[in-house]
Amino acid sequence: MRWGVLQFPGSCDERDALHACELAGGEARLIWHESRDLNGVDAVVVPGGFSYGDYLRAGAIARFSPAMEAVAAFAAEGGPVLGICNGFQVLCEANLLPGALLLNESMRFVCHQVDLLVEGFGGPGTPKSFQNPDGQLSIPVKHGEGRYWAPEEMLDAIEADGQVAFRYAPGQNPNGSARDIAGVRNEAGNVLGLMPHPEHAVDAMTGSTDGLRIFESVAGIAA
Amino acid sequence: MAKARVLIRPKEGILDPQGKAVERALPALGFEGIEHVRVGRVVELEAEDPARLPELCEKLLANPLIEDFEIESIDGA
Repeated sequence: MRWGVLQFPGSCDERDALHACELAGGEARLIWHESRDLNGVDAVVVPGGFSYGDYLRAGAIARFSPAMEAVAAFAAEGGPVLGICNGFQVLCEANLLPGALLLNESMRFVCHQVDLLVEGFGGPGTPKSFQNPDGQLSIPVKHGEGRYWAPEEMLDAIEADGQVAFRYAPGQNPNGSARDIAGVRNEAGNVLGLMPHPEHAVDAMTGSTDGLRIFESVAGIAA
Repeated sequence: MAKARVLIRPKEGILDPQGKAVERALPALGFEGIEHVRVGRVVELEAEDPARLPELCEKLLANPLIEDFEIESIDGA
């Protein structure tokens, strides 16, 4: 298993992502944003941070980077892609995932542990998809622009299609996200994005190892 | 080169926390009776081919899912 973790100017969680990939199994390497070559990796992580300073809108500029063009082609061929926080914003801007992430309702940067309810991302009927870790995951959030938003009809459609991957547990929505949505997947089931940071929840020393299960599910679809 | 100004604002119906914060600050400054404040962005640019501006706005300057945009010519202004 070979992982590629994108690195933009302004990325800040790529090292933790590399570490999480390696813990989940396999080797991981950084892919610089100017590279069009993904070096034949089996899965791609678009990490958190503030790519290109988040100028214009979070993720808007990163979307047009050579590496993201390569990721879009990789995703179109069914390659697994995991977008975390800023990476989720980039994937939404790139139209690889439905919806958009807006300024938190509170206008405050949030940074704390949350519980996530895991919903149907993938499942037995979709073998080329993320496997569904059961139950509830404890994973930190840290963002200022994480309010998931989509038009009502789009929300209805992605819910009907099982594309809502994670919701914040009742009463824990940290940012005003529509329908408590914390993460979504694409229609095919090989692109997954979420605002919380699974790469920061891989060691018991920091309170939770639940994040590893998300990386393991990505590894599962690459296998 | 044609000078243009692009106005970008959050779509109707989308909560705009920045606008709300501005609105809430106004009474303390003595400005009563101000409602529905929305905060957007202005991009000024010079274009060789202004006919391509709408495409540029849809692809980069605005996210059409969440934002509306208007292009104003400011030539001769």
